[in-house]
Amino acid sequence: MTDRISKEDVAHVADLARLNLTEEELEAFTGQLADVLDHAADLAALDLVDVEPMTNPLPMRNVLRPDVVGETSDRAEVLACAPSVEDEQFRVPPVLGESP
Amino acid sequence: MSDDATTEIVPGWETVIGLEVHAELATATKLFSDAPNRFGGEPNTNVDPVSLGLPGSLPVLNEQAVELAIRVGLSLHCRVQRSVFARKNYFYPDMPKDFQISQYDLPINEEGWMELADGRRVGIERAHLEEDTGKSTHVGGGGRIHEAGHSLVDYNRAGVPLIEIVGAPDLRCAEDARAYVSELRSILVAIGASDGKMEEGSMRVDCNVSVRPVGDAELGTRCEIKNINSLRSLGRAIVYESRRQVDLITAGERVEQQTRHWNEDEGRTHKLRSKEEAYDYRYFPEPDLVPVDPSEEWIESVRAALPVLPRERRHRLAEAAGVDTATASLTVERGMDDLAVDAIGAGADPTRVLVHVENNLADGAGALTAASFAALVAMEVGGDLTATQAKTVLATLVAGGGDPAAVAADLGFEAMDDAALESVVDDLIAAHPEDWAAFTSGDDKERKKKSGFFVGKVMKATSGQADGRAVNEILARRAGA
Amino acid sequence: MSIPEGATARVLASEIRSGARSARTVLEEHLVAIDAREGEINAFNLVLVNEARAAADAVDIRVAAGEDPGPLAGVPVALKDNMCTRGVPTTCSSRILEGWRPPYDATVVERLVAAGAVVVGKTNLDEFAMGSSTENSAFGVTRNPLDPTKVPGGSSGGSAAAVAAGFTPLALGSDTGGSIRQPAALCGVVGVKPTYGAVSRYGLVAFASSLDQIGPFSRTVADSALMLEVIGGHDRRDSTSIPEPAPDLSSVLDHGVEGLRVGIIEELSGDGLEGIADDVQARLHEAVAALEAAGATVASTSVPSTVYGLSAYYVVAPAEASSNLARYDGVRFGLRVDALNAGDMNTATRTAGFGDEVKRRIMLGTYALSAGYYDAYYGKSQKVRTLILEDFARAYEEFDLLLSPTAPTTAFPIGEKTADPMTMYLNDVCTIPSNLAGHPSMSVPFGVGEDGMPIGVQVLAPAFGEPTMFRAAKVLEAAAPDGHPAVGGTMVGSPTGVRHE
Ligand SMILES: [Mg+2]
Ligand SMILES: [Zn+2]
Repeated sequence: MTDRISKEDVAHVADLARLNLTEEELEAFTGQLADVLDHAADLAALDLVDVEPMTNPLPMRNVLRPDVVGETSDRAEVLACAPSVEDEQFRVPPVLGESP
Repeated sequence: MSDDATTEIVPGWETVIGLEVHAELATATKLFSDAPNRFGGEPNTNVDPVSLGLPGSLPVLNEQAVELAIRVGLSLHCRVQRSVFARKNYFYPDMPKDFQISQYDLPINEEGWMELADGRRVGIERAHLEEDTGKSTHVGGGGRIHEAGHSLVDYNRAGVPLIEIVGAPDLRCAEDARAYVSELRSILVAIGASDGKMEEGSMRVDCNVSVRPVGDAELGTRCEIKNINSLRSLGRAIVYESRRQVDLITAGERVEQQTRHWNEDEGRTHKLRSKEEAYDYRYFPEPDLVPVDPSEEWIESVRAALPVLPRERRHRLAEAAGVDTATASLTVERGMDDLAVDAIGAGADPTRVLVHVENNLADGAGALTAASFAALVAMEVGGDLTATQAKTVLATLVAGGGDPAAVAADLGFEAMDDAALESVVDDLIAAHPEDWAAFTSGDDKERKKKSGFFVGKVMKATSGQADGRAVNEILARRAGA
Repeated sequence: MSIPEGATARVLASEIRSGARSARTVLEEHLVAIDAREGEINAFNLVLVNEARAAADAVDIRVAAGEDPGPLAGVPVALKDNMCTRGVPTTCSSRILEGWRPPYDATVVERLVAAGAVVVGKTNLDEFAMGSSTENSAFGVTRNPLDPTKVPGGSSGGSAAAVAAGFTPLALGSDTGGSIRQPAALCGVVGVKPTYGAVSRYGLVAFASSLDQIGPFSRTVADSALMLEVIGGHDRRDSTSIPEPAPDLSSVLDHGVEGLRVGIIEELSGDGLEGIADDVQARLHEAVAALEAAGATVASTSVPSTVYGLSAYYVVAPAEASSNLARYDGVRFGLRVDALNAGDMNTATRTAGFGDEVKRRIMLGTYALSAGYYDAYYGKSQKVRTLILEDFARAYEEFDLLLSPTAPTTAFPIGEKTADPMTMYLNDVCTIPSNLAGHPSMSVPFGVGEDGMPIGVQVLAPAFGEPTMFRAAKVLEAAAPDGHPAVGGTMVGSPTGVRHE
């Protein structure tokens, strides 16, 4: 299917997923992920060109909601869950870079 | 789009522009929840578990957002089709789930076009539905994103429905780009899809720019420019970016594919990230939603309910007035094309109608009806009113309606008969012999100057009731006699 | 069979509704049972003593006022701690959600409460429902009530253990790849994964959205039917919710299996699959005999693509999870580990807040979705699901129901499989195909293995096939070999005196 997953791949993926790994963790995870992906290698042999991928188990479509305003959350209750709040907003450390 | 050499921003170079426009849809509620879609307001009040992305919350699609998206698609001559929502994964504090629900390989609208005021067509690649993000405000450190301090996040806007309209790279200059955005905004407003307010952020423009030597078929490397907040910025950013890219190439360097940020104060773009640093969005179909597959009946009922769009209105007026669509566009933009077409239909001179709309009706037509507009123009063309008088009468009609003839009479705008006007002119010639000599014997320039002198005197003597053209005719006759 | 009638939800509810017993008395008996063994078992992350007492009292007031509190009047229930409860901590057994009090209730919670149920507590699970042993919890392992040196299975191990230990007659779990059925089998209780969309997922903290389903645990088949009737049916807040009311199961429960055609899935049973223990196989054969004796015809059948189920599952589930779990970023709720900028804060929070299994699956899923690998992994796996669905459809042309073991072995010792994730994943081999297809299936206790620990038989049905599935389950329950451990061992004979005459 593809080359066995490398330590660099795992490091990159950890980066994408916003996880920090120690050198030992990187080592261990690489082996474990490779095992699982090796197991998935049996899929490689399957010819599935004409098969439609399933996205939902049930063949439903057009599940729509009327455009009618409903209940909003209680702000105090919502902000009470937040790690840090200022001026009724969620406070975070400075954001570097812009939204994609 | 055009091979007109005057569109070149840098001589010898062609700029290729494609725009991505995000417009907030004018629904009552958010795209995936029944929290209100409302601009402004106290922070974090228009929120619910879904728009906050709380664990366990699930999206349910707003029917009206789909309807508005179909309106947009049909107005842009797109194919409206079965669509599937996808997750676009990236981390950002104002994105509550740290993924955006958008449409990826199966957008609701694909492959359309839009016609600019001058009749040229621009391709529309797609117009898809997606959700908006919340808003971060930077606090401290001078308010700039890259300086220390902290940010505050308000999720009122999170989940507001957006339509993202991706235009083909068919534009070639800043004017084209502005015309494209103006036309798109007119359409969105006309169909009730969006309020189209760029200054309030309900319409946002990203701009892809590349350059190539005139005559080259191959596209250059493009840069995407973000943070364009007005039509003025759009034009400035395009000009700046075109020059930057040409400068790079002519200095023997290469344009790198980048996302760049427009800084309005500095009047320049700067690099946000390179292609290599581009996000790996890991798109995959959103498993919490099912496909949207609007029926033929639904699409046709939306089509049937669409208003007449700016393009059709321009064509209709252009045909009625015997002008091109570009000439007709301002009247359409001002929403006075119905009035103009009806006035022309009632026999009014088309040129005078369009001139009045352009020059004298900038603030609206008020109480003016097509019939009185036509009657006014007829009086003017028939010589019963001078241009100046017509303008005054028109203002009165706009303010309070009424019959133009009665209004003119009230204002004392009696038509002067030719004999009376001639005797006024003759009196003035007699009173100013040196000026008259200069008029009769001077060169063109001098003659023009003196004609202005005499017309002015006549106007003064008649309190503006005289027709300037008629005065000039009398002067010419006397000089030739 | 020796299930004491008085201990079932049905009997408790009818006694409470009639005023024969008070909800408060019933609750206190269950609290005594919890008090006696919870320290050892650790089924719960949180026991809601005061809230439960208030709820039970409210039920009693309604009964006294002549009202009907509903079909689950006064029945103590336990909720897997990945279901949102307003104002009550919901942790998913993760540090990252520690202290989070959702500002809303899950639909299933609303429905249980509306039906008169008394929520007793939130049960332990593998962190974010990722695991098959309830050892991956930030709040300690849950032990199997039938042998505390063994795992209860997972990920809904706390709910399975709560029911098996007699802490509550009913519990809710969630099942993404077997997380209800496998612990049900290992703890000797009934566990049901309904048809995808039969029970609203609104308020269930997502693991893998296209696979997750909520379902009941109970000691009897009839109790699971009752609970499913209460929690099932359309919910407008879940786009994947089936737009139909919950099926009526109670009225068909005793219809038997006369004339039904039952197929044994070769690929998931005995000879077809390495790793199925002999005692598990033996019990499956006895179950077949019981169904035949009751009038069903049973034959072997092939559902060939189920052999790819495990591979497809361990791509699809992590992929969806990697996206679902992105929101744990330290901004709006739960844990935050501070840093100098928002991105580093996200990373520090997630690194400290997630356990190893969750990290493993997030990375696996991120990889499977990343540029260049999507088609090979995620795309292909979603196609395999279509194949499995088609194979099942063919099988169901010939059979009304299918049968397999629930789990390859009886409960294994705590710690035995934690070192090797792949070995752990093999536990789900029989249960995964139903999730991939969106089909219902359930585990029914059917005797014990050589170690005296319970064994479950899995009954599989096509989408919406719950009524037929429950009929077969009822027949199996009645025919199950003696020595049903969950009932005979712990519940009835518990030293705490929690028993009902
Ligand atoms: Mg875009
Ligand atoms: Zn967009």
